[in-house]
This record gives sequence, structure tokens and C-alpha cells, in this order.
Amino acid sequence: MSDARTAILERLRASGGAAAGAQLEPKPEPGSGPTVPVRRFDRSHPQLVERFCGMLEAVRGEVYPVGADWPAVLARLLGESGVETLRYGPDGPFGAALADGWPASESTPALVPHLGPVEDCRDALFAETDAGFTGCLAGVAETGSLVLWPSPAEPRLLSLVPPVHCVLLDSARIVPTLHGLMADEQWHRAMPTNALLITGPSKSADIEQTLAYGVHGPARLIVLLAHGDNLIAPA
Amino acid sequence: MTTEFRERARRALGRDRVRANIRRAMDGLVLKRLAAFPDREELERLRDQGQAIRDHALAHLPDLLEQLEARCSANGMRVHWAEDAAEANAIILGIVQSHGAGAVLKGKSMVSEEIGLNAHLLRHGIEPIETDLGELIIQLAGEEPSHIVAPAVHKDRREIAELFRVHYPQESCGEDIERLTALARRVMRERFHDTRVGLSGVNFAVAETGTLCLIENEGNGRMSTTAPDVHIAVTGIEKVIARLEHLAPLLTLLTRSATGQPVTTYVNMISGPRRTGGDGPDERDGPREVHLVLLDNGRSGIHADPELRATLRCIRCGACMNHCPVYTRIGGHGYGTVYPGPLGAILEPQLQGLHRRGELAQASSLCGACAEVCPVRIPIPRLLNRLRYEHAQGRSAPAVGDASPTAVSAGAPPPATGPSARSRDRAPPRRARMRVALQAGIWRLWAQVHASPARYRRLTSLAARLHRLADIVIARTAVPWTRTRTPPRLAAESLHALARREGYCDE
Ligand code: SF4
Repeated sequence: MSDARTAILERLRASGGAAAGAQLEPKPEPGSGPTVPVRRFDRSHPQLVERFCGMLEAVRGEVYPVGADWPAVLARLLGESGVETLRYGPDGPFGAALADGWPASESTPALVPHLGPVEDCRDALFAETDAGFTGCLAGVAETGSLVLWPSPAEPRLLSLVPPVHCVLLDSARIVPTLHGLMADEQWHRAMPTNALLITGPSKSADIEQTLAYGVHGPARLIVLLAHGDNLIAPA
Repeated sequence: MTTEFRERARRALGRDRVRANIRRAMDGLVLKRLAAFPDREELERLRDQGQAIRDHALAHLPDLLEQLEARCSANGMRVHWAEDAAEANAIILGIVQSHGAGAVLKGKSMVSEEIGLNAHLLRHGIEPIETDLGELIIQLAGEEPSHIVAPAVHKDRREIAELFRVHYPQESCGEDIERLTALARRVMRERFHDTRVGLSGVNFAVAETGTLCLIENEGNGRMSTTAPDVHIAVTGIEKVIARLEHLAPLLTLLTRSATGQPVTTYVNMISGPRRTGGDGPDERDGPREVHLVLLDNGRSGIHADPELRATLRCIRCGACMNHCPVYTRIGGHGYGTVYPGPLGAILEPQLQGLHRRGELAQASSLCGACAEVCPVRIPIPRLLNRLRYEHAQGRSAPAVGDASPTAVSAGAPPPATGPSARSRDRAPPRRARMRVALQAGIWRLWAQVHASPARYRRLTSLAARLHRLADIVIARTAVPWTRTRTPPRLAAESLHALARREGYCDE
């Protein structure tokens, strides 16, 4: 198919200078392009947290402020809604803390370590898992979004396949905008194989523009919002 | 003078239920968009940025495509190039067959509609599984999408419930929307678990990092690109952008223009297959292969024309159709093309040729609503006029995609200014030619009358004096107009004359 490649590129090159846009920028520098002022909000941190929670709750995300006993809070929340199994990555940033703080009682959901390649646990993940737990990189106040970079410890499907997705977010990691986050943390230097923004549980409005939640992704998104680094220092 | 489009439009106008469904949905989307951009100044600023980013990408398209290819390859993806639909279909089929897959999970992709992928897969015994709820509905109904963002917008819950009842008789869920949606989840679940090849479109392809950005609400897009062993992404060559941070304003514009959402539930940025055998620990899920198919199919021809190139800025938000008085009445199926609405009216005649789709440029009142809302400021009415002009000149341009690519690459320089050279073509049928000539004559007359105040005054006063006769002429000749409307009647006195009599200055 390299013929197609050559032909397409040649045609595009031949017409390259014809556009008005090209005259504005005489030298093609593919890596550059228009510099767009980074979108930010000048707000105090409490305002950012408030905005984040408001936006996320507006799309049916559930936000619970938590302290050091967050594993117990999560266990109770899940137990109350009939969740029987919670999968988590033991090597994830909060894996050890979750396991340590997980209350041992009859009524709490079983904590299942998510290990090995998906090929070994596909059935269990699809059929026998009620909830998945992951950390996240940041929260975006503007849109109420969680930023996830799935990792070997907390792979991509853990936040997608189980019907409930639980996330621990350090409120200090709430930033004004995605644009600011990308620029400040220089994402363009090294992108992970998969980066995600998650804003609420999955939904569809394909039938009569009426929102229905819980389509193919999780039906519930539970965000545990921790205040203070000391509470959730990575294990 | 019944042409295919007119006939389709007439039939579409007769479907009251579909019209009501579309009208309701479009009204809702218009309001949602309005609420999503409360700050007019910010909106205009964002549109400037959106236009600048897309213009830049198009101005550097070949370089950016090469950069995209290099970065994607370095990230472990495989990049394929396709001149047209047939090549793209062959590439995709080849990948699917090489994995021995009998089915393909499909995330929403308009390009896959453009190339007729589903039919091609079916012909080769491979089942395309539409996973988006709207796409599933129309797949069950054996129909085409009627909107690029909301494919099943023309159907109401009763029709959908009936479809589900016929196709999934063992499940019963009545007409409740939550339950219908839950049913779709149940039937798809197994397919996500089992299917080994997934296919998706691409919203933006970032050259700088080799990243494919996909947005969606349902999670089916993530499923289709994450759960299978192989992910195939298919996209038009125009979807590339230079820098990762360009995503931020474009995403904001796209989701708010499309559905009024500040952001979709999922923004999925894919920069490579599952990483294993490297320095760090192995990744444990994600596809083992990611293929990117870059499709031209006429786009490089559009790119060659400095004015029409603006067409390629489109980010497929659908706002132009939501706001279009023609689309709102005839719906997507009234156009008979993959891309409907104002976008379709400028894109399809260029992709398929004026001789086949030139009439779509007439499917507009030129009210300008589309250009007013377009997040990347495509001057749709101006482009429609340009296409109408070319069509009227009898330049039934060949589909730019048909233009023999080999001839171009063999050394014939592509046209500097597009139209004249793009348009060498066989003669259109005689009747069409006559109609076009008549139209051109009428407009010439119109221009002459309006070019001189004296001439204009003479003609209007003549018409006013003969108003009874003129009424009959109008009623007889303007039949397509008067069929569904009361014929306009001329007053016995022109407005100018009236104003003069009342003592106003009419200059
Ligand atoms: S032409 Fe403009 S308004 Fe229409 S779909 Fe494309 S970007 Fe959206």
C-alpha cells in the first residue's frame, strides 16, 4: 500500500502552498502549529474542589469526602448496595493501603487482587466482578473529570468492565483545566499507551435524547475525595 | 423535473412521525448547545482557535501525516494508507482475516459508513457488530444513520421497542428507555468478552505524539478499542492535528457544539498497543496490535482547492445539521448520502462529484445558521454558492475521488485553482443542461434588473400595474413553490411608490 502513500502525499504536497493558511506560516514546522493560550481558571483551591464536585455530580458521579479510614468507608458503601466483589491492583499506588484498611467481616465485599494478563482473568473480570478500584492522576475542575493513566498495576479494563468503578482522588490533585494539566506536566513528551478522562458513569441518549445511565461501561462511578496528602501517602 | 434528491425529500416530508422525532431532537440539541456556551466572547475565541488549529493542520497536511505515521510506528502501531473505499476495505478485511476472526466489534465510525465497510465484511462472511446503541438500533432496522452524532435520532421509543422485541424475543422490556438500554448492555456484554478484533473511528490524530483521540459516552468505544486483541482505527487523512495541546480547545468545541456537554463521559487517548517486553513491567491488557488506516477517498482533491479546502476543517460535531431548517424537515435520510445536512451538502458533491451529488448544494435556504454555529467557522453558505455556480456552469466535476490518482502522480500538476481543471467531464444530460441554462438566464436577468435603479423601478411599477396578470403567471409557473404554500400576490403599488407617496425618501 506504499503506492497509495506516495500518491496521496504527492498530491497533498503539490497543493500545499495553495491555501490561505499556508501563507501565514511560510515554513512548515509540523511540531509547532498555532500556540493556543492555555485555558486556566484563576480560582482558589476550595473553589476548584467545589466546581469539580458540582460538575461530576451533575453527570451522576458520586463524590464522598473521606479521611484515613477510606477503605472502611468504601467497604460500607459497596456492602450497602449489594456489591460482593471488589477487584483492585495490589501494586497500585493505594493497593496496600486498601488491603490494610479493609474491614474483615461477613458483610463486606470480598477484595480480589487483579493480577496477571487479561487473558488469564477475562471470565472473572466480566462475569464475577461487581466493582473495580483504581487510583487516578488528577481531577479536572472545569469539567469534573478524572484523569487516569492505566498502568500495569491498574490496567485499562479495571476501570471499564466492572459495573461499579471506585476511584480515590487526592483533592490536592484537582487542577483547573485539562489544558493546563497537559501543559504543566508536559504530556507531549511521553504519552502512556492509554490516557483517559472519565466524567461520570457511562450513559446514552440514543433513545429519544433521554439519558439512561450504565450502558456499556460502569453504571456507577464512586469518587472518594481525600483531603490531605498524609492520609493517602502511596504505600 | 423530479430528480433523485427531490424525490427523496418529497418522501421524507411525508413521514410525519420521523419529522416529529427529528424536530424534537434538533430543538433539544439547539438549546443544549446554547446553554453550553453561556459566554459569547469565549465561544468566539474558541472558534478562532479551532479554525486556526485546523487550518494549520491542513496547510501542513503532508508533513503532519508523515510525522503522525512516524510517531505511531515508533509507538508500535501499524499505519496503512488507502486511496479509496475499496483499498481501505481490503486493508481492514486483510487484518481481520489474518487473525481468523469471524466478527468485528465496531465503535461508532462515520468513515466506516463512508466506505461501506459493513457490507464488505458481510460479503466475506464476517459479522460487523455495531456496539453504539444508536448504531445497533439502525443495524437491526437495516437502515443508514440519519445523523452523524445521533444515528437513530429519527426513531422513537415505540419503534425501538418493537425492533428489540423482534430481534431479542426472549427478552422483554416494554418501551421503558432505561430497560431498553439495559437490554442493549446485556446483549453486547458477551460480544465484548468474546470478540477478538475491534474497529473504531478517530476524532483527532495527534502528529506530535502519535496519539489517537476518541470520545464517547457509552463505553462501547473503550470496549471496542481495549478488550479485543486487535484494534483497527480508520480515519480520513484530514483528521490530523499538530500538537497534543490542540486537543484541549478542539474537544471543548466538539462536545459542546455536538450535544452541549462540557465533556463526554470518556475521552480515550490511545498511543500504542499493549506494551510488553520493555524496561518496566508488562502491561496486562489492551490490544496487542493497533492499526491505523488513513483514508484519502477524495480528500486530497478537496485539499487542492484553496477555497473548498475549508470543508476539511470539519470536526464532525453535527451542529450545522441541528440548526439547519432543511435538515430539520427532511432528516438525514432525505439526503441519500452518508453525510447529511449542510456538511453533507458541501462534502458529498465534492467526494462523489457534482454530476452525482451536485444537486445537494441546492438543499439549503442559505440562511447561514450553519456557518454561525460551526465551531471551526466553515463558510458553508459560501461554499454552497461556489458549488452551485460550478454545477450551473455545467461543470459536472468528476468525483475528486474518481480523478485518476495515477495521472496526477505521474506528473500532471494538479490544478492550481481547482474548479476549471477539476471539472473536465462528460456532458450532462440534455434536460439537465437546459434547466441549468434557464436558471443561469433567469439569474442574469435578475442581476441586470437589480444593477440599475431606473430599470428596477420601471420593472416593479410595470409588475404592479399588471399585478392581476402577474399573480396568474406566478401561480402557474412557481408550481414547486406553490404546491405546499399559498402563492404570493403582488400589490397594486410597489413599496417604493408607496413610500414616495407617503413622503419618504426611497433612495
Ligand atoms: S461543518 Fe462545522 S458545524 Fe457541521 S459538522 Fe462540521 S464542524 Fe460541525
